[in-house]
Amino acid sequence: MKARVHVTLKAAVLDPQGKAVQHALEALGFQGVMGVRQGKYLEIELDGGDSAKARADVEAMCKALLANTVIENYAIEIVE
Amino acid sequence: MKAAVIVFPGSNCDRDVQVALAERVGAPPLMVWHGDSDFPAVDLIVVPGGFSYGDYLRSGAMAAHSPVMRAVVARAKKGVPVLGICNGFQILTETGLLPGVMMRNAALKFVCRDVFLRVENTDSLFTRHYRPSQVIRLPVAHKDGNYFADEKTLKRLADEDRIAFRYCDAAGSSDAAANPNGSLDDIAGILGTGRNVLGMMPHPERLADPLLGGTDGRPLFDGLIEALAA
Repeated sequence: MKARVHVTLKAAVLDPQGKAVQHALEALGFQGVMGVRQGKYLEIELDGGDSAKARADVEAMCKALLANTVIENYAIEIVE
Repeated sequence: MKAAVIVFPGSNCDRDVQVALAERVGAPPLMVWHGDSDFPAVDLIVVPGGFSYGDYLRSGAMAAHSPVMRAVVARAKKGVPVLGICNGFQILTETGLLPGVMMRNAALKFVCRDVFLRVENTDSLFTRHYRPSQVIRLPVAHKDGNYFADEKTLKRLADEDRIAFRYCDAAGSSDAAANPNGSLDDIAGILGTGRNVLGMMPHPERLADPLLGGTDGRPLFDGLIEALAA
């Protein structure tokens, strides 16, 4: 099975990269872009068929390494 | 006095630190490769600058979980002095030995130039040879030096007098123009709870010899080695 993990900056944390992307989109003439936040996306291949265990494992991975929870949130999706 | 310098794939200031230490200690420091979790007892551990593991995932994140860093964290908690410079500072925050996190520079650019720093307290092994509020010049070279911590952490750092260096101008005043990376509260270096761990973004080892164009980094090594040799 596979886990999809999104790591994103917490709302209170400034995201200068997202801002720069927003400005670049505006410079290209795209209108109505109210904000851009940049994050990371990871796909993790897992063996075993227990999705509850997979979720718990990936949660532990996020806390230990994949996200820095001082500034980042993570969201986990388990795909069969 | 025995010192160790930790070397990761991608470290690039390890040799500079080696030279700065060897000159003062009279013997070369132990160079410890990242896979070695079992290295001899030392009086000082330096985590040098560079781009450990290519800065993959986040600067310092992979190095923080390497075998050697588990040993460094355990020894730091027992009181062994640990100095983290630049990427070393990033690694120490990722291990949790120092609070907060290093974000991308506010201007999104790699900054490589000399900056001025104000020595905010001289009550540590690392800063004891500076004068209070002394303004010193050291180089920075980083893209992720924008220190961030929540308000509670910042207040605690200030209350416990753990801010070692702040960015400033040549006259010693801090303002946005003197801050090279957007770092909160102009923080350039902080101490750990036991005051035996210092993380700093600027490079004292790069200005510790007249041949390098300055010696403002020298008191850090002199004070440290004098204290540890005593």
